[in-house]
Amino acid sequence: MTNKNNLLAGELERLGISRRTFLKFCTSIGSVMALSPAQAAVMAEKLVTVKRQSVIWLSFQECTGCTESITRSHKPSLESLIFDFVSLDYHHTLQAASGHAAEQAREQAMHDNQGKYILIVDGSIPIKDDGVYSTIAGMTNLDMLQQVAKDAAAIVAVGSCATFGGLPKASPNPTGAVSVSDIVHDKPIINIPGCPPIPVVMTGVLAHVLTFGIPELDSMGRPKAFYGDSIHDRCYRRPYYDRGQFAKSFDDEGARKGWCLYELGCKGPITHNACATVKWNNGTSFPIQSGHGCLGCSEPDFWDAGGFYKALSTGTNSPGQWATAALAAGAAAGLASAYLNKSSKADAEKDHQPVTLEDMGGKS
Amino acid sequence: MSTSFQQGINVLKKVIDAPIAAYFSSCTSCGLCAQACIFYTETGNPKYTPIRRVEPMRRIWEQEFTLVGKAKKLLGLSKPVTGQDLKDNVELAFESCTTCGRCTMVCPVGNDIVYMIRRMREGLTAAGLAPKSLQAAAVRTLEKGSVMGFPLKTLEAMIQAAEKETGIKINIDEPNVDYLLLLSSAEVMQFNEIIGALAQIFKEAGVSWTFSSDAYEAGNPGMHMGASEIEAQMINRIVKAAEQLHIKNVISPECGHAYMAIRWEGPNVIGRPYPFKVFHIIEVLDNLRKEGRLKTTGLESERITFHDPCQAARRGGVNQPQRNLLNMVTSNFIEMTDNQSCNWCCGGGGGMNTIESAEPLVKKVFNRKKKQIDELDVTTVVTMCATCRNTLEEGIEENNMNIEVMGLTELLANHLLKEKKS
Amino acid sequence: MNEIELLNWARGPGLAYATAIMFFGLSIRVIEILSLGRPEELAEVRDSGVRDGWLMILKRSLPEVRHWKYITASYIFHIGLLVVIFFFIPHTHLFRDVFGIFWGGWPNYIIDFFTVLSIAGMLYTLVARFYDPARRILSKMSDYLAWLVTFLPLVTGYMAFHRLGLDYTTMLAVHILSVELLMIAIPISKLTHVVTFTMARWYTGSNQGRRGVRS
Repeated sequence: MTNKNNLLAGELERLGISRRTFLKFCTSIGSVMALSPAQAAVMAEKLVTVKRQSVIWLSFQECTGCTESITRSHKPSLESLIFDFVSLDYHHTLQAASGHAAEQAREQAMHDNQGKYILIVDGSIPIKDDGVYSTIAGMTNLDMLQQVAKDAAAIVAVGSCATFGGLPKASPNPTGAVSVSDIVHDKPIINIPGCPPIPVVMTGVLAHVLTFGIPELDSMGRPKAFYGDSIHDRCYRRPYYDRGQFAKSFDDEGARKGWCLYELGCKGPITHNACATVKWNNGTSFPIQSGHGCLGCSEPDFWDAGGFYKALSTGTNSPGQWATAALAAGAAAGLASAYLNKSSKADAEKDHQPVTLEDMGGKS
Repeated sequence: MSTSFQQGINVLKKVIDAPIAAYFSSCTSCGLCAQACIFYTETGNPKYTPIRRVEPMRRIWEQEFTLVGKAKKLLGLSKPVTGQDLKDNVELAFESCTTCGRCTMVCPVGNDIVYMIRRMREGLTAAGLAPKSLQAAAVRTLEKGSVMGFPLKTLEAMIQAAEKETGIKINIDEPNVDYLLLLSSAEVMQFNEIIGALAQIFKEAGVSWTFSSDAYEAGNPGMHMGASEIEAQMINRIVKAAEQLHIKNVISPECGHAYMAIRWEGPNVIGRPYPFKVFHIIEVLDNLRKEGRLKTTGLESERITFHDPCQAARRGGVNQPQRNLLNMVTSNFIEMTDNQSCNWCCGGGGGMNTIESAEPLVKKVFNRKKKQIDELDVTTVVTMCATCRNTLEEGIEENNMNIEVMGLTELLANHLLKEKKS
Repeated sequence: MNEIELLNWARGPGLAYATAIMFFGLSIRVIEILSLGRPEELAEVRDSGVRDGWLMILKRSLPEVRHWKYITASYIFHIGLLVVIFFFIPHTHLFRDVFGIFWGGWPNYIIDFFTVLSIAGMLYTLVARFYDPARRILSKMSDYLAWLVTFLPLVTGYMAFHRLGLDYTTMLAVHILSVELLMIAIPISKLTHVVTFTMARWYTGSNQGRRGVRS
């Protein structure tokens, strides 16, 4: 892991990628990030001259889906180029080294690039019972995160587990899983949620970090360029929603006609991601296009936000059962109140003295 | 002395029942009741908005009979009803309301506001706040026999005069006859031609009937006040008389509130069903018509309209008989724009015309009736309630209108077909 | 708390609590009313009153044409509100989820129309509360609050649907929370009439029926 002074220009040359192709790549990344063509050119300019960036990738409570997402492209893509270019000094799934050697590589990178390396995290961090539920080389995830984050320039949390706790955090959260931002408070953190995130989103953000620094983020630390719009706002089925044309089941007429999947539980309206525009598998499709509603995987607690196949407008805590119980409890309380009212009326009856003619100034 | 502020509050607690609780729970302060009330429409003063007339009662209901209200009271968010509150309410419950119930007909949630105003009056009376004139009327009724205070002798003189005029013998205290006839004081004193008129009609129809020397007054100031015990005494006098004479049918005269008292409230205030039936005189006449026993001759060709008395028509359910009878004797009967259940009140009922301080208001609100009559261009207004008749006559005179007012019974008597019988 | 957590709270525990409070409260209110009892009718009645009681419940929902100036706005508002609540498709799914019955919804443009109508109607009723003397004298703080808690869900719902104001997630959360506020207000304010109007009409209608009065 030397070659510190290697520039991407040389790498491109080695791979036989023309400058024009590279510029096209930067323009496409730039367009999904809503950069102007001029800025895309600047990005291309900067990228070819930037030094290899040291990256440490920590995987905690995760399923490796995020890594799969970024590495498993149908064809060798320019996206992967970014990963080829950075100096991925530690990634326990991808690296060849294992055991002590692997950990040593991490420590070496931390030492050599103190304050300059980028830390990428996927997976959530268990903190219950001192974090015993997930350890690497005898070290808890919590300790390792704190140790590595200390000298990082910036942190990129990849996937919903690292950004929001994800599935491990789902109720009842047996390991006490939390997100990176729950632990690290003194470093810039870029959240790239999704289960998994879209590959180009990951590479795009990295390209931005390498060239322009940290991109503009929303209130949840997500790059606005990719997470600024909801799936619903960009969904090609949106006109059906507006017209009130909904598929009622996955195999009905509406479903075949490609009507809106709201009634089948699509969480698109509250889910912020770039699926509807960037799409998956090199722009082939995305869940809604394939006929399934959005699960809302790039939003916090999506696993606990009610059934995937229940409409967004439904309650998640069985309000019906609450209503029934409340009616019964109310009946009991009402009867108690009725009892008090009855006795108060009975008292009034008892204390009542008839109005007589005498009261009116009469004789009897 | 059993009236006091505390007794008043006590009565209000006592009378609040499920309907009243449902009414207060449902009121949305939409103010539509005001649009139905002559005291608002003719004065423009929002204080007369009907539902406001029962505000003290609403507060008692809320504070005493709802958990929310109890909590509010504990937190000091609502103040208990004071003696002053009740005093201030007298004007609204007694002196500017005829209990005509037109408001009840428009309330979107269906609140029977008059049902509540009657109970409100009951509370005020128990608090000793009933208008003096109504109290005096109650004393006269029970001590002297009639609302206006005339004794039996006066009625007897009227009966004798009627006998002389018609040549028909009129019974007093005759047992086992078909009907016991009651009269209202106003009829005896002002419209006593009704005695002779009925004597003739009943003779032609072959109806046997009598007066009672113990119970000849149908008027019931106890009901206006909501003094249910006194109301009951007045009712019981009639019930006793009917029972002693073994009479199965009692006739309430052309008097709206008398009908309400004897027909609908009576059994409830005395706490038992009657052993006899009660009819409004117009119902009796309509029944005779149906049986072919009432025959008339000639038709009034002038433009004639009918004023439905609130307590008999809107509140009492007598709407069709008067129309059947009118069609017998008129060829030019014209309905008022708002009629039957939605007729506008004359403005003098519910005890209003006995309350001296209310006189200017009664005159003012007559304006609505005037408008109603004016737009019809009629010569005669017929009605079936002595109080309405009285108020109409006074209002018509006051406004220099050239309109005749008539009781329906009298109109029928004028057209009675007399078959010669020995 | 981020907007998603807010929304999840509103859809989850918030909705459950509000539902519980509303049904708890209404249950008390209805029993409190019924338990006060109705005196037995001792007068000889013309009719049992049952028919007229039911008729009254239905007929009083028809417009009182002679007072059209006073009722049109609130009439429209009530119709609009009922349409929006019960026929907006996302709402129908909530009801299906809670009560297990589904009656299908109406297209969004119809709902949109009724929402605007309701909002306009409500604004007019507020203005009328200031300008109509009778309404004004009857109006207490609670009347204005009741208006507000009814108005908020309409406006927030409209804004959420049209992506106005805050971002959709937050707006949706605010909308649901405003509905929960309304649900809590129902049993403790004059809004109880959403249930008790049937009782009030029943009592008056059946009483009139017994006396042979046409309502």
